[in-house]
Amino acid sequence: MRDHFIARLTELAAADPRIVLITGDLGFGVLTEFARRFPKQFINAGVAEQNMTGIATGMALEGRIVYTYSIANFVFMRCLEQIRNDAAYHDANVNVVSIGGGFSYGALGISHHATEDLSIMRCLPGLTVVSPGDDWEAAEATETIAHRPGTCYLRLDKSSAGHTQRPGETFQLGRARVLREGHDLTLVGTGGILECVLVAADELANRGISCRVLSMHTIQPLDVDSLSQAARETGGLITIEEHTVHGGLGGAVAETLLEHGAAPQVFQRMGLRGEFSSVVGSQQYLRQKFELDADAIVATALRTLAGRAPQRLAG
Amino acid sequence: MESRELARRIRVHALHMTSRGRSSHIGSALSIADILAVLYGDVLRVDPERPDAADRDRFVLSKGHAGAAVYAALAESGFFPVEKLKTHYQDGSDLSGHISHKGVPGVEVSTGSLGHGLSIAAGMAYAGQLDDAPHSVYVLLSDGECDEGSNWEAILFAAHHGLNNLVAIVDYNKIQSLATVAETLALEPFADKWTSFGWNVREVDGHDHGQLRTAFEQRTLAPDRPTVIIAHTTKGRGVSFMENSVLWHYRTPQGAEFQEALQELERSA
Repeated sequence: MRDHFIARLTELAAADPRIVLITGDLGFGVLTEFARRFPKQFINAGVAEQNMTGIATGMALEGRIVYTYSIANFVFMRCLEQIRNDAAYHDANVNVVSIGGGFSYGALGISHHATEDLSIMRCLPGLTVVSPGDDWEAAEATETIAHRPGTCYLRLDKSSAGHTQRPGETFQLGRARVLREGHDLTLVGTGGILECVLVAADELANRGISCRVLSMHTIQPLDVDSLSQAARETGGLITIEEHTVHGGLGGAVAETLLEHGAAPQVFQRMGLRGEFSSVVGSQQYLRQKFELDADAIVATALRTLAGRAPQRLAG
Repeated sequence: MESRELARRIRVHALHMTSRGRSSHIGSALSIADILAVLYGDVLRVDPERPDAADRDRFVLSKGHAGAAVYAALAESGFFPVEKLKTHYQDGSDLSGHISHKGVPGVEVSTGSLGHGLSIAAGMAYAGQLDDAPHSVYVLLSDGECDEGSNWEAILFAAHHGLNNLVAIVDYNKIQSLATVAETLALEPFADKWTSFGWNVREVDGHDHGQLRTAFEQRTLAPDRPTVIIAHTTKGRGVSFMENSVLWHYRTPQGAEFQEALQELERSA
Protein backbone atom coordinates (compact mmCIF):
# COMPACT_ATOMS: atom_id res chain seq x y z
CA MET A 1 0.00 0.00 0.00
CA ARG A 2 2.85 2.32 0.84
CA ASP A 3 4.22 2.16 -2.69
CA HIS A 4 0.80 2.84 -4.15
CA PHE A 5 0.41 5.77 -1.78
CA ILE A 6 3.67 7.38 -2.80
CA ALA A 7 3.07 6.70 -6.49
CA ARG A 8 -0.27 8.49 -6.38
CA LEU A 9 1.07 11.28 -4.21
CA THR A 10 3.85 11.82 -6.76
CA GLU A 11 1.24 12.29 -9.48
CA LEU A 12 -0.68 14.70 -7.28
CA ALA A 13 2.43 16.70 -6.39
CA ALA A 14 3.42 17.01 -10.04
CA ALA A 15 0.02 18.45 -10.88
CA ASP A 16 -0.49 20.64 -7.81
CA PRO A 17 2.32 22.63 -6.14
CA ARG A 18 0.20 22.98 -2.99
CA ILE A 19 0.84 19.30 -2.15
CA VAL A 20 3.46 18.95 0.60
CA LEU A 21 4.85 15.78 2.18
CA ILE A 22 6.48 15.99 5.62
CA THR A 23 8.16 12.93 7.08
CA GLY A 24 9.30 12.34 10.61
CA ASP A 25 12.66 11.01 9.40
CA LEU A 26 11.24 7.72 8.11
CA GLY A 27 10.68 6.29 4.65
CA PHE A 28 14.18 5.15 3.72
CA GLY A 29 14.31 4.41 0.00
CA VAL A 30 10.60 5.13 -0.40
CA LEU A 31 10.54 8.91 -0.37
CA THR A 32 13.90 9.54 -2.07
CA GLU A 33 12.52 10.12 -5.54
CA PHE A 34 9.70 12.33 -4.26
CA ALA A 35 12.22 14.44 -2.30
CA ARG A 36 14.45 14.76 -5.36
CA ARG A 37 11.65 15.74 -7.72
CA PHE A 38 9.82 18.12 -5.41
CA PRO A 39 12.33 19.85 -3.12
CA LYS A 40 9.84 22.63 -2.36
CA GLN A 41 7.12 20.13 -1.53
CA PHE A 42 9.07 17.82 0.75
CA ILE A 43 10.35 18.27 4.29
CA ASN A 44 12.14 15.88 6.57
CA ALA A 45 11.13 17.35 9.91
CA GLY A 46 13.47 15.07 11.81
CA VAL A 47 12.49 12.84 14.70
CA ALA A 48 10.06 15.44 16.04
CA GLU A 49 6.46 14.50 15.43
CA GLN A 50 4.90 17.24 17.56
CA ASN A 51 6.68 19.94 15.61
CA MET A 52 6.00 18.10 12.35
CA THR A 53 2.27 18.30 13.01
CA GLY A 54 2.44 21.95 14.04
CA ILE A 55 4.43 22.78 10.91
CA ALA A 56 1.86 20.88 8.85
CA THR A 57 -0.94 22.92 10.42
CA GLY A 58 0.82 26.21 9.83
CA MET A 59 1.46 25.34 6.19
CA ALA A 60 -2.12 24.12 5.72
CA LEU A 61 -3.41 27.41 7.15
CA GLU A 62 -1.33 29.08 4.42
CA GLY A 63 -3.10 27.06 1.73
CA ARG A 64 -0.96 23.96 1.40
CA ILE A 65 -2.35 20.41 1.23
CA VAL A 66 -0.12 18.61 3.67
CA TYR A 67 0.60 14.94 4.28
CA THR A 68 2.51 13.96 7.41
CA TYR A 69 4.19 10.58 7.24
CA SER A 70 5.72 8.19 9.70
CA ILE A 71 5.52 4.65 10.99
CA ALA A 72 2.59 3.23 12.91
CA ASN A 73 1.93 5.09 16.16
CA PHE A 74 4.61 7.76 15.79
CA VAL A 75 2.63 9.87 13.35
CA PHE A 76 -0.44 10.30 15.54
CA MET A 77 0.11 9.22 19.13
CA ARG A 78 3.03 11.39 20.26
CA CYS A 79 1.42 14.36 18.56
CA LEU A 80 -2.22 13.54 19.25
CA GLU A 81 -2.84 16.90 20.90
CA GLN A 82 -1.36 18.71 17.89
CA ILE A 83 -3.71 16.75 15.63
CA ARG A 84 -6.69 17.61 17.85
CA ASN A 85 -6.05 21.24 18.82
CA ASP A 86 -4.00 22.44 15.87
CA ALA A 87 -5.00 20.52 12.76
CA ALA A 88 -8.57 19.41 13.50
CA TYR A 89 -9.86 22.46 15.42
CA HIS A 90 -8.54 24.73 12.67
CA ASP A 91 -10.10 22.55 9.94
CA ALA A 92 -6.60 22.37 8.48
CA ASN A 93 -6.02 20.19 5.43
CA VAL A 94 -3.54 17.93 7.16
CA ASN A 95 -3.54 14.29 6.13
CA VAL A 96 -1.89 12.08 8.71
CA VAL A 97 -0.47 8.97 7.05
CA SER A 98 0.46 6.01 9.21
CA ILE A 99 2.61 3.40 7.56
CA GLY A 100 2.13 -0.05 9.05
CA GLY A 101 -1.34 -0.67 10.46
CA GLY A 102 -1.91 -3.45 12.99
CA PHE A 103 0.89 -5.99 13.08
CA SER A 104 2.57 -4.82 9.86
CA TYR A 105 5.74 -4.37 11.90
CA GLY A 106 4.89 -7.33 14.11
CA ALA A 107 8.45 -8.42 14.79
CA LEU A 108 9.52 -4.98 16.02
CA GLY A 109 7.51 -5.12 19.23
CA ILE A 110 4.64 -3.23 20.83
CA SER A 111 6.04 0.24 20.09
CA HIS A 112 5.37 -0.57 16.44
CA HIS A 113 2.03 -2.38 16.81
CA ALA A 114 -0.59 0.12 15.62
CA THR A 115 -3.57 -1.47 17.28
CA GLU A 116 -5.53 1.40 18.85
CA ASP A 117 -5.27 4.10 16.17
CA LEU A 118 -8.72 3.72 14.64
CA SER A 119 -10.47 4.03 18.01
CA ILE A 120 -8.45 7.05 19.01
CA MET A 121 -8.69 8.89 15.73
CA ARG A 122 -12.36 8.30 15.05
CA CYS A 123 -13.44 10.09 18.22
CA LEU A 124 -11.73 13.35 17.22
CA PRO A 125 -14.36 15.79 15.98
CA GLY A 126 -14.34 16.34 12.25
CA LEU A 127 -11.67 13.80 11.43
CA THR A 128 -12.01 11.52 8.45
CA VAL A 129 -10.53 8.10 9.21
CA VAL A 130 -9.58 5.82 6.33
CA SER A 131 -8.20 2.30 6.52
CA PRO A 132 -7.88 0.84 3.02
CA GLY A 133 -8.06 -2.89 2.48
CA ASP A 134 -6.32 -3.11 -0.87
CA ASP A 135 -3.83 -1.23 -3.01
CA TRP A 136 -6.46 0.39 -5.19
CA GLU A 137 -8.32 1.74 -2.16
CA ALA A 138 -5.02 3.03 -0.78
CA ALA A 139 -4.21 4.95 -3.96
CA GLU A 140 -7.74 6.28 -4.39
CA ALA A 141 -7.94 7.34 -0.74
CA THR A 142 -4.62 9.15 -1.06
CA GLU A 143 -6.07 11.32 -3.79
CA THR A 144 -9.54 11.74 -2.34
CA ILE A 145 -8.39 13.08 1.02
CA ALA A 146 -6.33 15.78 -0.69
CA HIS A 147 -9.52 17.57 -1.60
CA ARG A 148 -11.60 16.67 1.43
CA PRO A 149 -11.89 19.62 3.80
CA GLY A 150 -10.36 19.25 7.22
CA THR A 151 -8.04 16.72 8.77
CA CYS A 152 -7.81 13.09 7.70
CA TYR A 153 -6.10 9.98 9.03
CA LEU A 154 -4.95 7.39 6.52
CA ARG A 155 -3.83 4.00 7.84
CA LEU A 156 -1.74 2.03 5.39
CA ASP A 157 -1.10 -1.64 5.98
CA LYS A 158 1.84 -3.71 4.85
CA SER A 159 -0.54 -6.46 3.75
CA SER A 160 -3.27 -5.92 1.21
CA ALA A 161 -6.07 -7.71 -0.58
CA GLY A 162 -4.34 -6.80 -3.86
CA HIS A 163 -6.55 -5.16 -6.44
CA THR A 164 -10.22 -5.88 -5.95
CA GLN A 165 -11.74 -3.06 -7.97
CA ARG A 166 -14.11 -3.77 -10.80
CA PRO A 167 -13.79 -2.09 -14.19
CA GLY A 168 -15.20 1.41 -13.99
CA GLU A 169 -15.62 1.33 -10.23
CA THR A 170 -15.25 4.66 -8.47
CA PHE A 171 -14.01 5.13 -4.93
CA GLN A 172 -16.13 7.03 -2.45
CA LEU A 173 -15.09 7.97 1.05
CA GLY A 174 -17.69 6.82 3.55
CA ARG A 175 -19.15 4.27 1.17
CA ALA A 176 -18.34 0.62 1.83
CA ARG A 177 -17.51 -1.64 -1.08
CA VAL A 178 -19.38 -4.91 -1.52
CA LEU A 179 -16.71 -7.39 -2.61
CA ARG A 180 -18.89 -10.52 -2.38
CA GLU A 181 -22.63 -10.73 -2.50
CA GLY A 182 -24.17 -13.14 -0.01
CA HIS A 183 -27.25 -13.80 2.08
CA ASP A 184 -26.26 -16.01 5.03
CA LEU A 185 -23.90 -13.69 6.86
CA THR A 186 -21.88 -10.47 6.35
CA LEU A 187 -18.16 -10.21 6.97
CA VAL A 188 -17.08 -6.59 7.51
CA GLY A 189 -13.35 -6.01 7.25
CA THR A 190 -11.10 -2.97 7.41
CA GLY A 191 -7.43 -2.67 6.49
CA GLY A 192 -5.09 -5.23 4.96
CA ILE A 193 -6.70 -8.07 6.86
CA LEU A 194 -9.32 -7.87 4.13
CA GLU A 195 -7.13 -10.45 2.36
CA CYS A 196 -7.96 -12.97 5.11
CA VAL A 197 -11.63 -12.03 4.99
CA LEU A 198 -11.81 -12.82 1.28
CA VAL A 199 -10.05 -16.17 1.72
CA ALA A 200 -12.46 -17.01 4.54
CA ALA A 201 -15.49 -16.04 2.42
CA ASP A 202 -14.29 -18.34 -0.35
CA GLU A 203 -13.78 -21.20 2.10
CA LEU A 204 -17.24 -20.65 3.57
CA ALA A 205 -18.69 -20.60 0.06
CA ASN A 206 -17.09 -24.00 -0.52
CA ARG A 207 -19.01 -25.16 2.51
CA GLY A 208 -22.27 -23.81 1.09
CA ILE A 209 -22.38 -20.67 3.19
CA SER A 210 -22.95 -17.50 1.26
CA CYS A 211 -21.18 -14.51 2.85
CA ARG A 212 -21.45 -10.90 1.90
CA VAL A 213 -18.10 -9.14 2.24
CA LEU A 214 -17.89 -5.41 2.92
CA SER A 215 -14.63 -3.53 2.68
CA MET A 216 -15.15 -0.82 5.27
CA HIS A 217 -12.30 1.40 4.17
CA THR A 218 -13.77 4.47 5.86
CA ILE A 219 -14.25 4.24 9.60
CA GLN A 220 -15.35 7.84 10.01
CA PRO A 221 -17.84 8.70 8.60
CA LEU A 222 -19.23 5.17 8.72
CA ASP A 223 -21.49 3.82 5.98
CA VAL A 224 -24.70 3.33 7.94
CA ASP A 225 -26.77 2.37 4.91
CA SER A 226 -24.59 -0.53 3.78
CA LEU A 227 -24.40 -1.85 7.33
CA SER A 228 -28.14 -1.59 7.96
CA GLN A 229 -28.86 -3.24 4.64
CA ALA A 230 -26.43 -6.07 5.40
CA ALA A 231 -27.98 -6.60 8.83
CA ARG A 232 -31.46 -6.67 7.34
CA GLU A 233 -30.64 -8.90 4.38
CA THR A 234 -28.17 -11.35 5.92
CA GLY A 235 -29.22 -11.30 9.57
CA GLY A 236 -25.70 -11.49 10.97
CA LEU A 237 -22.47 -9.49 10.97
CA ILE A 238 -18.91 -10.28 11.93
CA THR A 239 -16.43 -7.41 12.03
CA ILE A 240 -12.75 -8.19 11.46
CA GLU A 241 -9.95 -5.77 12.30
CA GLU A 242 -6.27 -6.09 13.15
CA HIS A 243 -6.88 -3.69 15.97
CA THR A 244 -8.52 -3.55 19.36
CA VAL A 245 -12.24 -4.29 19.35
CA HIS A 246 -12.69 -1.49 21.88
CA GLY A 247 -14.02 1.43 19.93
CA GLY A 248 -12.61 0.36 16.58
CA LEU A 249 -14.49 -1.01 13.59
CA GLY A 250 -16.47 -3.48 15.70
CA GLY A 251 -17.41 -0.85 18.25
CA ALA A 252 -18.38 1.63 15.57
CA VAL A 253 -20.56 -0.89 13.72
CA ALA A 254 -22.27 -2.06 16.92
CA GLU A 255 -23.06 1.49 18.05
CA THR A 256 -24.33 2.48 14.65
CA LEU A 257 -26.58 -0.51 14.07
CA LEU A 258 -28.12 -0.33 17.54
CA GLU A 259 -28.82 3.37 17.22
CA HIS A 260 -30.45 2.87 13.85
CA GLY A 261 -32.68 0.07 15.08
CA ALA A 262 -30.92 -2.31 12.72
CA ALA A 263 -29.34 -4.75 15.16
CA PRO A 264 -28.65 -8.05 13.40
CA GLN A 265 -29.74 -11.38 14.89
CA VAL A 266 -26.14 -12.33 15.52
CA PHE A 267 -23.03 -10.20 15.82
CA GLN A 268 -19.37 -10.83 16.59
CA ARG A 269 -16.32 -8.59 16.78
CA MET A 270 -13.03 -10.13 15.79
CA GLY A 271 -9.93 -8.23 16.90
CA LEU A 272 -7.66 -7.74 19.87
CA ARG A 273 -9.26 -7.72 23.27
CA GLY A 274 -7.31 -5.28 25.35
CA GLU A 275 -3.90 -6.92 25.38
CA PHE A 276 -0.39 -6.05 24.34
CA SER A 277 1.57 -8.61 22.39
CA SER A 278 4.97 -9.03 24.00
CA VAL A 279 5.40 -11.98 21.65
CA VAL A 280 6.63 -10.85 18.26
CA GLY A 281 6.45 -12.32 14.79
CA SER A 282 5.37 -11.74 11.24
CA GLN A 283 1.99 -10.23 10.51
CA GLN A 284 0.75 -13.66 9.45
CA TYR A 285 2.07 -15.29 12.60
CA LEU A 286 0.44 -12.73 14.89
CA ARG A 287 -2.87 -12.96 13.05
CA GLN A 288 -2.81 -16.69 13.70
CA LYS A 289 -1.79 -16.24 17.33
CA PHE A 290 -4.59 -13.77 17.99
CA GLU A 291 -7.11 -15.83 15.99
CA LEU A 292 -7.60 -13.31 13.23
CA ASP A 293 -6.49 -15.33 10.20
CA ALA A 294 -8.76 -16.86 7.57
CA ASP A 295 -9.16 -20.12 9.51
CA ALA A 296 -10.24 -18.23 12.60
CA ILE A 297 -12.72 -16.18 10.59
CA VAL A 298 -14.22 -19.38 9.14
CA ALA A 299 -14.49 -20.90 12.60
CA THR A 300 -16.09 -17.78 14.03
CA ALA A 301 -18.55 -17.65 11.17
CA LEU A 302 -19.55 -21.27 11.72
CA ARG A 303 -19.98 -20.73 15.47
CA THR A 304 -21.96 -17.55 14.89
CA LEU A 305 -24.30 -19.21 12.42
CA ALA A 306 -24.76 -22.15 14.76
CA GLY A 307 -26.06 -19.74 17.39
CA ARG A 308 -28.72 -18.38 15.12
CA ALA A 309 -32.33 -19.54 14.72
CA PRO A 310 -32.36 -22.89 12.80
CA GLN A 311 -34.83 -21.82 10.11
CA ARG A 312 -32.45 -19.07 8.99
CA LEU A 313 -29.58 -21.54 8.80
CA ALA A 314 -31.64 -23.85 6.63
CA GLY A 315 -32.39 -20.96 4.27
CA MET B 1 -3.50 55.40 19.15
CA GLU B 2 -0.20 55.90 20.88
CA SER B 3 1.19 52.61 22.13
CA ARG B 4 1.33 53.59 25.80
CA GLU B 5 -2.35 54.46 25.75
CA LEU B 6 -3.12 51.19 23.97
CA ALA B 7 -1.19 49.30 26.65
CA ARG B 8 -3.16 51.05 29.39
CA ARG B 9 -6.46 50.18 27.73
CA ILE B 10 -5.43 46.54 27.27
CA ARG B 11 -4.67 46.36 31.00
CA VAL B 12 -7.96 47.95 32.03
CA HIS B 13 -9.95 45.70 29.70
CA ALA B 14 -8.13 42.59 30.90
CA LEU B 15 -8.86 43.52 34.49
CA HIS B 16 -12.56 44.01 33.78
CA MET B 17 -12.72 40.80 31.73
CA THR B 18 -11.07 38.57 34.32
CA SER B 19 -13.11 40.14 37.09
CA ARG B 20 -16.42 39.81 35.27
CA GLY B 21 -15.66 36.22 34.28
CA ARG B 22 -14.09 35.39 37.68
CA SER B 23 -11.27 33.98 35.59
CA SER B 24 -7.54 33.51 36.10
CA HIS B 25 -4.39 34.80 34.43
CA ILE B 26 -4.66 38.56 35.02
CA GLY B 27 -0.96 38.53 35.96
CA SER B 28 -0.08 36.94 32.61
CA ALA B 29 -2.19 39.45 30.67
CA LEU B 30 -0.67 42.47 32.43
CA SER B 31 2.78 41.05 31.73
CA ILE B 32 2.31 41.16 27.92
CA ALA B 33 0.25 44.36 27.58
CA ASP B 34 3.21 46.47 26.46
CA ILE B 35 4.46 43.86 23.97
CA LEU B 36 0.97 43.64 22.44
CA ALA B 37 0.59 47.43 22.37
CA VAL B 38 3.83 47.88 20.43
CA LEU B 39 2.94 45.00 18.09
CA TYR B 40 -0.60 46.16 17.33
CA GLY B 41 0.21 49.85 17.59
CA ASP B 42 3.45 50.08 15.63
CA VAL B 43 4.72 46.80 14.17
CA LEU B 44 2.10 44.45 12.75
CA ARG B 45 0.86 45.23 9.27
CA VAL B 46 -2.74 44.18 9.78
CA ASP B 47 -5.96 45.73 8.62
CA PRO B 48 -9.17 45.22 10.59
CA GLU B 49 -11.11 45.83 7.39
CA ARG B 50 -9.31 42.90 5.75
CA PRO B 51 -8.42 40.48 8.56
CA ASP B 52 -7.70 37.68 6.07
CA ALA B 53 -5.59 39.71 3.62
CA ALA B 54 -2.88 37.48 2.14
CA ASP B 55 -0.11 39.99 2.82
CA ARG B 56 -0.96 40.64 6.47
CA ASP B 57 1.56 39.92 9.19
CA ARG B 58 0.59 36.90 11.25
CA PHE B 59 0.51 36.98 15.04
CA VAL B 60 0.17 33.82 17.12
CA LEU B 61 -0.37 33.91 20.87
CA SER B 62 1.19 30.68 22.05
CA LYS B 63 0.59 31.44 25.73
CA GLY B 64 -3.13 31.14 25.11
CA HIS B 65 -4.07 31.69 28.76
CA ALA B 66 -3.38 35.42 28.28
CA GLY B 67 -6.01 35.58 25.54
CA ALA B 68 -7.95 38.38 27.29
CA ALA B 69 -5.12 40.79 26.51
CA VAL B 70 -5.12 39.90 22.79
CA TYR B 71 -8.90 40.18 22.56
CA ALA B 72 -8.56 43.65 24.10
CA ALA B 73 -5.80 44.64 21.68
CA LEU B 74 -7.87 43.45 18.72
CA ALA B 75 -11.02 45.25 19.89
CA GLU B 76 -9.10 48.50 20.44
CA SER B 77 -7.53 48.05 16.98
CA GLY B 78 -10.96 47.84 15.37
CA PHE B 79 -11.27 44.12 14.62
CA PHE B 80 -14.54 43.87 16.54
CA PRO B 81 -16.54 46.14 18.85
CA VAL B 82 -15.06 46.85 22.27
CA GLU B 83 -18.48 46.01 23.67
CA LYS B 84 -17.93 42.34 22.73
CA LEU B 85 -15.19 42.12 25.38
CA LYS B 86 -17.94 42.05 28.01
CA THR B 87 -18.89 38.55 26.84
CA HIS B 88 -15.45 37.14 27.68
CA TYR B 89 -15.72 33.91 29.68
CA GLN B 90 -19.52 34.19 29.77
CA ASP B 91 -22.08 31.54 28.82
CA GLY B 92 -22.46 31.29 25.06
CA SER B 93 -19.46 33.48 24.25
CA ASP B 94 -16.82 32.73 21.65
CA LEU B 95 -14.25 34.73 23.65
CA SER B 96 -12.87 31.74 25.55
CA GLY B 97 -10.47 31.98 28.46
CA HIS B 98 -7.74 30.52 26.29
CA ILE B 99 -7.58 32.21 22.93
CA SER B 100 -9.77 30.82 20.13
CA HIS B 101 -10.02 31.95 16.52
CA LYS B 102 -13.56 30.84 15.79
CA GLY B 103 -15.87 33.82 15.50
CA VAL B 104 -13.11 36.26 16.47
CA PRO B 105 -11.67 38.31 13.57
CA GLY B 106 -7.96 38.90 13.89
CA VAL B 107 -7.11 35.77 15.85
CA GLU B 108 -4.99 33.53 13.63
CA VAL B 109 -4.63 30.47 15.81
CA SER B 110 -6.31 28.94 18.85
CA THR B 111 -4.04 27.82 21.65
CA GLY B 112 -4.34 26.95 25.30
CA SER B 113 -2.17 23.89 25.57
CA LEU B 114 1.36 25.22 25.80
CA GLY B 115 4.06 24.37 23.31
CA HIS B 116 1.93 24.50 20.16
CA GLY B 117 2.17 28.05 18.83
CA LEU B 118 5.80 28.16 17.80
CA SER B 119 5.49 25.11 15.54
CA ILE B 120 2.39 26.48 13.84
CA ALA B 121 4.04 29.87 13.40
CA ALA B 122 7.14 28.18 11.97
CA GLY B 123 4.93 26.30 9.48
CA MET B 124 3.34 29.60 8.44
CA ALA B 125 6.77 31.20 8.12
CA TYR B 126 8.14 28.28 6.13
CA ALA B 127 5.25 28.57 3.66
CA GLY B 128 5.89 32.32 3.46
CA GLN B 129 9.57 31.72 2.78
CA LEU B 130 8.76 29.27 -0.04
CA ASP B 131 6.40 31.83 -1.56
CA ASP B 132 8.86 34.70 -1.08
CA ALA B 133 6.01 36.47 0.69
CA PRO B 134 6.59 39.92 2.19
CA HIS B 135 4.88 39.34 5.52
CA SER B 136 6.35 38.19 8.82
CA VAL B 137 5.09 35.78 11.45
CA TYR B 138 5.22 36.81 15.12
CA VAL B 139 4.64 34.41 17.99
CA LEU B 140 4.48 35.22 21.69
CA LEU B 141 5.49 32.57 24.21
CA SER B 142 5.62 32.47 27.97
CA ASP B 143 8.75 31.53 29.87
CA GLY B 144 7.13 28.59 31.66
CA GLU B 145 5.97 27.38 28.28
CA CYS B 146 9.61 26.85 27.32
CA ASP B 147 9.53 23.75 29.54
CA GLU B 148 7.65 22.06 26.71
CA GLY B 149 9.98 19.98 24.56
CA SER B 150 7.95 20.64 21.44
CA ASN B 151 9.22 24.24 21.48
CA TRP B 152 12.78 23.04 21.19
CA GLU B 153 11.83 20.89 18.21
CA ALA B 154 10.44 24.05 16.59
CA ILE B 155 13.49 26.07 17.59
CA LEU B 156 15.69 23.51 15.80
CA PHE B 157 13.41 23.55 12.75
CA ALA B 158 13.25 27.33 12.39
CA ALA B 159 17.01 27.70 12.61
CA HIS B 160 17.65 24.80 10.26
CA HIS B 161 15.48 26.42 7.61
CA GLY B 162 16.77 29.94 8.24
CA LEU B 163 13.30 31.36 8.83
CA ASN B 164 14.22 35.06 8.87
CA ASN B 165 10.53 35.95 8.60
CA LEU B 166 9.81 34.44 12.02
CA VAL B 167 10.00 36.46 15.23
CA ALA B 168 9.44 34.80 18.59
CA ILE B 169 8.93 36.93 21.68
CA VAL B 170 9.30 35.35 25.10
CA ASP B 171 7.43 37.02 27.94
CA TYR B 172 10.17 36.38 30.50
CA ASN B 173 8.51 37.40 33.76
CA LYS B 174 10.33 34.67 35.71
CA ILE B 175 7.16 33.31 37.33
CA GLN B 176 5.13 30.33 36.20
CA SER B 177 2.11 28.53 37.54
CA LEU B 178 3.17 27.43 41.02
CA ALA B 179 6.53 29.07 41.62
CA THR B 180 9.35 30.95 39.94
CA VAL B 181 10.94 29.66 36.77
CA ALA B 182 14.23 29.28 38.61
CA GLU B 183 12.59 27.10 41.26
CA THR B 184 10.54 25.06 38.79
CA LEU B 185 12.78 24.19 35.86
CA ALA B 186 15.63 26.62 35.37
CA LEU B 187 15.92 28.15 31.90
CA GLU B 188 19.18 30.04 32.40
CA PRO B 189 21.40 30.62 30.58
CA PHE B 190 18.32 31.29 28.48
CA ALA B 191 19.67 33.66 25.82
CA ASP B 192 22.69 31.42 25.32
CA LYS B 193 20.40 28.48 24.65
CA TRP B 194 18.62 30.31 21.82
CA THR B 195 21.96 31.57 20.45
CA SER B 196 23.46 28.10 20.44
CA PHE B 197 20.35 26.82 18.64
CA GLY B 198 21.09 29.27 15.83
CA TRP B 199 18.73 32.16 16.54
CA ASN B 200 19.33 35.90 16.49
CA VAL B 201 18.72 36.90 20.10
CA ARG B 202 17.70 40.33 21.41
CA GLU B 203 17.07 41.08 25.08
CA VAL B 204 14.92 44.03 26.04
CA ASP B 205 12.91 45.50 28.86
CA GLY B 206 9.50 44.17 27.86
CA HIS B 207 7.75 47.23 29.25
CA ASP B 208 9.95 49.80 27.45
CA HIS B 209 8.16 50.60 24.23
CA GLY B 210 11.22 52.23 22.70
CA GLN B 211 13.37 49.18 23.33
CA LEU B 212 10.67 46.88 21.97
CA ARG B 213 10.26 48.97 18.80
CA THR B 214 14.01 49.04 18.23
CA ALA B 215 14.26 45.27 18.67
CA PHE B 216 11.49 44.66 16.15
CA GLU B 217 13.08 47.08 13.68
CA GLN B 218 16.57 45.65 14.03
CA ARG B 219 15.63 42.03 13.52
CA THR B 220 16.32 42.50 9.81
CA LEU B 221 19.98 42.73 10.77
CA ALA B 222 19.91 38.93 10.88
CA PRO B 223 18.82 38.01 7.35
CA ASP B 224 19.75 34.34 7.62
CA ARG B 225 18.03 33.25 10.81
CA PRO B 226 14.95 33.60 12.98
CA THR B 227 14.88 36.19 15.74
CA VAL B 228 13.85 35.80 19.35
CA ILE B 229 13.18 38.82 21.51
CA ILE B 230 13.57 37.88 25.14
CA ALA B 231 11.40 40.45 26.83
CA HIS B 232 12.20 40.85 30.52
CA THR B 233 8.86 41.59 32.09
CA THR B 234 7.10 41.82 35.42
CA LYS B 235 4.18 39.53 35.99
CA GLY B 236 1.17 41.59 37.03
CA ARG B 237 2.81 44.78 35.74
CA GLY B 238 0.86 47.94 36.55
CA VAL B 239 -0.89 46.80 39.72
CA SER B 240 1.43 47.08 42.71
CA PHE B 241 0.06 44.16 44.72
CA MET B 242 -0.02 41.85 41.70
CA GLU B 243 3.54 42.51 40.53
CA ASN B 244 5.94 39.58 40.86
CA SER B 245 3.32 37.55 42.68
CA VAL B 246 2.66 33.88 41.95
CA LEU B 247 -0.78 34.33 43.51
CA TRP B 248 -2.07 36.41 40.59
CA HIS B 249 -1.47 33.70 38.02
CA TYR B 250 -4.72 32.14 39.22
CA ARG B 251 -6.43 34.58 41.60
CA THR B 252 -9.32 36.51 40.08
CA PRO B 253 -9.67 40.24 40.87
CA GLN B 254 -12.86 40.84 42.87
CA GLY B 255 -14.31 43.41 45.26
CA ALA B 256 -11.87 45.80 46.91
CA GLU B 257 -8.91 44.23 45.12
CA PHE B 258 -10.57 44.86 41.78
CA GLN B 259 -11.33 48.49 42.68
CA GLU B 260 -7.80 49.14 43.90
CA ALA B 261 -6.28 47.56 40.79
CA LEU B 262 -8.56 49.57 38.53
CA GLN B 263 -7.61 52.82 40.26
CA GLU B 264 -3.92 52.07 39.88
CA LEU B 265 -4.28 51.28 36.18
CA GLU B 266 -6.40 54.35 35.50
CA ARG B 267 -4.00 56.58 37.42
CA SER B 268 -1.19 55.35 35.18
CA ALA B 269 -2.68 57.24 32.22
